[in-house]
This record gives sequence, C-alpha cells and structure tokens, in this order.
Amino acid sequence: MKDYLYFPGCSLKGAGSPYEKSLLAVFRALGISLTEIPDWNCCGATAYLSVDADMGTVLAARNLALAERADGRDIVAPCSGCFLALSKAKAMIAEYPDLRAKVDDALGRGGLPYEGRVAVRHPLEVLLKDVGPDRLRKSVVRPLKDFRVAPYYGCAILRPYETVDSAHVPTVLEELTRIAGATPVDYPHKARCCGGMLTTGVQSVGLRLAEILLDAAKSAEADAIVTTCPLCQYNLEVYQDRLCRSTRKDLRIPVMYFTQMLGLAMGMDERTLAIDQLFRVPVLACPAGGRA
Amino acid sequence: MTAAGEAPRIGVYVCDCGFNILGAIDVPEVVRYAGGLEGVVLAKEYKYMCSDPGQDLIKKDIREQRLNRVVVASCTPTLHERTFRRVVSEAGLNPFLFNMVNVREGVAWVTEDKARATEKAKALIRAGVRRVALQEPLEARSEPVNPNVLVIGGGIAGMHAALSLANANSGAKVHLVEREPSIGGNMARFDKTFPTLDCASCILTPKMTEVKIHPNIHLHSYAEVVSVEGYVGNFDVTIEHKPRYVNEDLCIGCLKCVEACVYRDARFPNAFDLGLAKRKPIYIPFPQAVPTKVLIDPMDCLYLKLGKCKKTCVDACEKGAIDFAQAAVRAQVKVGTIIVATGFKPFDARRKPQYGYGTLPNVFTALEMERFLSPTGPTEGVPSLKDGSLPRKVGIIHCVGSRDRNTNEYCSKVCCMYSLKLAHLIRERTGAEVYDFYIDMRTPGKGYEEFHEKLLAEGLKVIRGRVAEVTTSALTREEKGHLIIRVEDTLAGFVRRIPVDMVVLSVGLEPQSDTQQLRRMLNLSCGREGFLQELHPKLAPVSTATDGIYIAGACQGPKDIPETVAQAGSAAAEALALVHRGTVEVQPYTAVVDEAVCSGCQVCVGMCPYDAITYDADKGVVHVLEVKCKGCGVCAAACPSSAIDQKHFRNAFVLAEVAGVI
Repeated sequence: MKDYLYFPGCSLKGAGSPYEKSLLAVFRALGISLTEIPDWNCCGATAYLSVDADMGTVLAARNLALAERADGRDIVAPCSGCFLALSKAKAMIAEYPDLRAKVDDALGRGGLPYEGRVAVRHPLEVLLKDVGPDRLRKSVVRPLKDFRVAPYYGCAILRPYETVDSAHVPTVLEELTRIAGATPVDYPHKARCCGGMLTTGVQSVGLRLAEILLDAAKSAEADAIVTTCPLCQYNLEVYQDRLCRSTRKDLRIPVMYFTQMLGLAMGMDERTLAIDQLFRVPVLACPAGGRA
Repeated sequence: MTAAGEAPRIGVYVCDCGFNILGAIDVPEVVRYAGGLEGVVLAKEYKYMCSDPGQDLIKKDIREQRLNRVVVASCTPTLHERTFRRVVSEAGLNPFLFNMVNVREGVAWVTEDKARATEKAKALIRAGVRRVALQEPLEARSEPVNPNVLVIGGGIAGMHAALSLANANSGAKVHLVEREPSIGGNMARFDKTFPTLDCASCILTPKMTEVKIHPNIHLHSYAEVVSVEGYVGNFDVTIEHKPRYVNEDLCIGCLKCVEACVYRDARFPNAFDLGLAKRKPIYIPFPQAVPTKVLIDPMDCLYLKLGKCKKTCVDACEKGAIDFAQAAVRAQVKVGTIIVATGFKPFDARRKPQYGYGTLPNVFTALEMERFLSPTGPTEGVPSLKDGSLPRKVGIIHCVGSRDRNTNEYCSKVCCMYSLKLAHLIRERTGAEVYDFYIDMRTPGKGYEEFHEKLLAEGLKVIRGRVAEVTTSALTREEKGHLIIRVEDTLAGFVRRIPVDMVVLSVGLEPQSDTQQLRRMLNLSCGREGFLQELHPKLAPVSTATDGIYIAGACQGPKDIPETVAQAGSAAAEALALVHRGTVEVQPYTAVVDEAVCSGCQVCVGMCPYDAITYDADKGVVHVLEVKCKGCGVCAAACPSSAIDQKHFRNAFVLAEVAGVI
C-alpha cells in the first residue's frame, strides 16, 4: 500500500484530536502509513493570511519544502484549512514569479530549497481514489444500517480548487456513507458556510449560518452530520444548546468526522475512534462488534 | 529567372493600415530593408494599400518601372489577396506573380515589442520576396455553378432562406434538410413573440406549409447531411433519411394509427415538448407539424423493440403506410451553394446547480415555460405547479449561462426580451405576481424598450442582482413550502430572500453540440464561443471562409427572430448572386507529375480523394487529370520520391520561403 507524509496542523493536535485519532486508526487498519513531516510548522492559514499574505505563503511553503526534503511523497492534510493553505500556496507560487522569489529568498536563508513537486491530498481523496471503494467495502464489517447521515463538506476542500470533488454538487461523502452501510440524506446546504471564524468575530452572522445548516440537517431527519473539517465540526457542535434556546427549535444532532463513521463501520470501538470525546454521541441501530 | 526568361524585378509595398501596422512595426525601417533584398527594384510604404490610390501606385510602378513581380505586406490574404491579384492583372501582369505577406494579423496584432515585431516583419517579407521570385504565371479556370442550393436546418432561418431562394424562380432547386421529424425549429415551440406579442404559430405555420408545397423546394425532413464533398459551385452532398417506419408518401396524417396503438396512454416523453408532455410510440410531434406525417420511435415501439406486438396500428392504417422494415436511406444531391442555418442549443440549466433545475420541483427553463404557455403545450397555455394549482408568485432569473465567467461570458442577447415576454404571459394566464431578477436590462431594438416600459407599468417587479441560489430551506414560517430566491439587491444594497412558487431560468443560447462535426464537414471555422464564424464581422456577416457556404441565424451567434430572418434573406441573396453569375473561378493549383522522377509506386493513386490520378502502365508513371484535380496537395505530400508538385505550391517555392524566414 502507498505510504504518505502527514501534515496534522494545529487543529488535529488540539480541538480536532478526535479527527486525528480516528484518521490514524482507520488508515492503520487499512495498512496505510502516515509519517508526520519532521519539524512541521503552522500552515499559514486564516489569521496569518489576513495579516501578511506573503508570510502566510512562506509558512505553507516551508512545510512543502520539508516534505520534499523528507522524501517527496504525497502529503495528507486532513484539516480543511491546512489543505487549502498548502494547496493554495503551491498554486500561487507556481503562478506568480515574484511570490516565488520571496519564498525562495525566505526559505533559502534557512538553506531549504523549494521545488513544488509534492502533491497535497485530502484523506477523502486518498480513501476513495487511492484505496478505492472496493477495498473500503471489504473492510466494512459492521454496516451502519438505518443510520441516516447528513454529509457536510464545508467550503475549503471544494473551493476554489475542485480537486476533491465538484464545488456545487459534491458526492464523495455520500459515496463513503453508502460504503459504510449508512444512508446519506439530501439537504440543500452541504457545501455552504458553517459560520467559519464569524462564530467568534461576528457571532450574530456566524451562528445564523450554523443554525441554517443544523436546521436543514434536522429537517432532513438525519441521525448525524458527518463532516470533514475541525472548524465545521466545532461550529456545528458546540453552539447547539445555545441555538436551541435562542431559536426555540430542536437543533440537537451529533456531528462526527467521516473517519469516525468509517471506523465504526470497520468495527472499531468508540474509544479508538474518540467518539466518546464528542458532545453528542451518535446512536446506532446495530450493536458494536458484529454484523447487524 | 521568370517564365519569360527575364530577371525578377520585384516591387515590395508595405501597408501602414492606418495605425494597425504602423503603430506596432517600424515601417520605414522595414521598407528600407526590403529595398535591399535581392531582385527588389523598389520598396514603398503607403497608408492604405487597398485604397484606390494605393492600388494605382502599384499599377503605375508595374508599368513605369517594368516590375514583373509584386509583394504586398499588409493584412491576411483572406481579406485582400483577391484585390491585389486583380490590381496586378489590370496592370498587365499575371496575377500569380503576386505574393501577399501578412504583417497585420501575423505580426502587428500579436507582437507587443516593436523591435521584435519589426524583425519578424522583415523575415516574413524576405521569405515572401524569395518565394515570389520563383512563382510562375498560371491561368485561373472557370467552372459552372450548379444552380441548386442546400439549406441545412429547417428552423425559421432555414425556412426563410429556402423560400427566398425558391421564390426567385431562378431554376434552382432548394434542398432543405431538417433532422427533426418536423420543420419549424424552436420558433414553433413559442406561443407569442416579442415585442409585438403576435402569435408565433400564426406567422410561422403558413411559412411551414409554403415550404412543404413549394415546387422549388425539396424538403428532406427527419434527415441529416452526412457528407459534403467538392467546392463552390459543385458540391456533392449525401443526405441520410432516418426511418420513420411510416411511408411518408402514403401517410395522410389521419392519426388513426396513433389512436389504435396498443399503448392506451401516452407515456413516452415528447421531445418537441421537452419531455413535459407524453406521447405514444407512434406519434406526430405536434399538431401543426410539417410534414404532417406520423413516425414511430424504435426505442419505444413494442414490435421494433421486442418483435412482439398485435400491431393494431397496421390494421388501423387504411393506406398501408406503416412499414416496420424501413431502414435509413441515403440520397445524393448536387448543389452549387450551401446555407447553414442550424440554430442554437439552450444552455443546460443543470450546469448551474445552485438554481435547483432538475433537483427542485417547479424550477423550469424558459423554453419549458414557452411550452407551458402554448395552447398546444402540456398545460394548454396555463402554467401550473406540479400539484396542479396555479402559481401565485413566479421568479424569472436572467442570465443563466450568460455573462458568467463560470459558463459563458457572452450576452445571449435575447433573454432579457423573452423574459419580459414570459413575465407578461405568465401574469396574463395565471394572475401571478412576477419578479424579474436581472443584471442589466438589455432592450435595444425597435419597440423593445417600449415593451420593457409597458411591463413595468403592468406591475412587473424587477430586482437588479445576480441570484445566488434557489433553495427550499426555509428560515421563517412564511418561507416554508416555497422556493426561496436569495439575491443581493444591488440597487437597495442588501440581500433579499424572496419566496416564490415557481422559478423560470432564462437560459442562454449555446452552439449546437455537434457544431464541431458540422464545422469539419463543411470546412468552416468557429469563434471562441463555438458559434460558426462569419468571414467578416461587419462587411461579410453571412459569408464564410469557404466560398459558396453561407451562414444564417443563431448558428452564427445568439440572435432574435427579426435578425435571424434578415440574415437568412441576406444569405439567400448571396447564394442567388452566385447562381445568377453562373460560373466560379477555380484556383489553378493542380498537381503536376515529373515523369522522369515518378517511380510508379502509385501511393498517390489511393490517396487522391477525387480519383484524379491514373496509372499509365506502359510508361510506369502516374498522370494527374487536371479537370478532376482540386489542388488539395495530398499527393504531393504523400509522394515518397517528391515527383509530384502542386502548382503555386511547388516544393521549391515553399523551401525558398522557409529559408527566407530562418
């Protein structure tokens, strides 16, 4: 099986640790090794980009250069923010020679060359393209029967680069959901904004966006929202009680990572997948550890 | 040495083309350089070489300076080669002792750096001078023009062109080919036309009937042009008639067979109604169809699909017209000119998934709405919702697939006006409140802006802004159960959410999906958007780069009915002019065989698409029949021993030209 370099970023080592735990467990079970890029640093996302875009790009480029030096294998970047920051840096440097000069200058001072030859991959892509649906299907020992899932993509893995899936009509999460034996529900906003940083900056707007999503998933009678991004997971999960009070609607619904869903279907227990770390634990129709 | 044995005395003329060339190239420097080239007697600059004084300058020099070769460095030969050949021949020189160097499209318009452009122009002129020194005098041949005309496409453009040609009574026969079972095109789908709101059927159906009965028109319906060979004046066309499984000559359109079909209910989507209405396997596309002949869809008919059926249709047909054994038939026709009027394809609204077409109920395209509004359409003229009730609020979204970097950048030109028309008709038929979401209201045209004003006075609600999405996700109780249109109102400066019952997407016009095949078959070119390209955007709008082939209507670009009809008339006039003239000049670029070199391998014989090469077994060499040779050059390129040359494109000429460039 193919091996990959791994860029966890800050989220997966912090609030998004259930994502990391489940991702590593699932990949290990599938026989894929993930090696952390040695001495990785901040991906240069959101906050940095808005203060000093060039420096943000240099930070991302350093990670890419380190990966090249490590062995040049594909980088798996699970966090949507990191995935976009790294992909964007690579594309921008290739397109703009003056930016390339700045990056070369900054990295050169540390004796680090940058060639732009490593690929940045999202784990969804790795699962469905590299591992492939057939192998995934074989790994499922406990199909998540009668489990209704609202697939939620967020923004950054679809836009502006449609490498993972179509920006308007994405379907990979649906495919993965079916492979896990669960039922994807259709609802209008699966690639809409979760509220992003606005849940901290301009809460009235940010929470409204989260509410729209939760409401749509609830209306579609989903048992859980399955997401791909630590920030989406956070926004959709932690404000639920508050939104229930302010809107007088029942917006309570588990929000889990796609890796947790797949792990459950592969028969792993809730501790291994860090499902016990979620605020709301999904209730499954079938018992753990066996075929339903 | 020239054919007459004199040393070349070449005149080089560099055109400024106003600032087109002068602005990008150092013309005086180029002229100075050209003057020093071998064989060049004089080199001159002039503001517009193609103007009368420019032409006179060349003629005067030929006479007074005894020039025997001329090079003009100006625009593309497609524009003015003919002009300058005439000029040199008027001064007594053979027109093939002229060479044109393209320094406008080839250099000035595409090279930013003036110094590099100047060098490039010098190199091209050097090449042109070397080539012209070798060129030989040739005599153009003239051939008769077949008076018949082929019109491809039986929409309003094709029908109007065919009728204009036929009514001229020039002795010409018009072959009108339509691939659908009926002529009429998209216009036949409309209920009314803007801005006069006159009934489309009332003005179209008489024309359709006239096409059918006109003695000078041969209508090939349910047929496609599969190949076109030849050249201006003499095209050989192959038309394939698709099987209707009903003998067209016997069927009288009584529809008894349709009634008798074993399928009691119509259950297959009718393409004419865009699938909104159903038909039986044996059907007529719409009541006014021309020809009024039924046809059977082999994909739906039990007998054709499974070989088992009671064949009640056969029993019902008194004329015995039903023929399950019918197969596609090919017909050959000879024509002298061709008019292409293949129309457009509506933009596929699924490519804008945010508008919910195909996923949300009660979201329709404008063309579907035309059918709903038609008295013969699926809802008999009154658009209703999926549940049968009348809409109370309808939103019309403009520019779907137009003026959009993600799909088509161009403006489709007709959508603002047809949206206004639809708004009027929807309101008239259902009493619904109608909202128009537009970016800019574009209504240039006679009576068009007045129509817009009329709609505003009628109470149409207009909101300026590109719609972000159509969704069913309601945020308030009022929104529940509706389609919500989310849009930034760019006049009011805030985001609106407008709940409606029905959404109409004003889709843009795109080239037909098989335009590329058509283009290759007819040797035409396409513009950036994929529409067929006219010879000149202003001065030759219906001509193409291929002589004898004209274009009309929306295949050339989005346009409304009046403009389409005007173009169709113009194309017919251009074709008639050729028919009237009776002859065309054919370039004498035929192939010649050097018998001393020819090894008799006959590779060329099989390659020649015109059967113009024969093998002479006695001499062991091939001969080219000049009458048959069209000068395509295939044999010259294929000959392994370079024994074949093409006149005016002899290997020596081309090599001299290449050596001049490098």
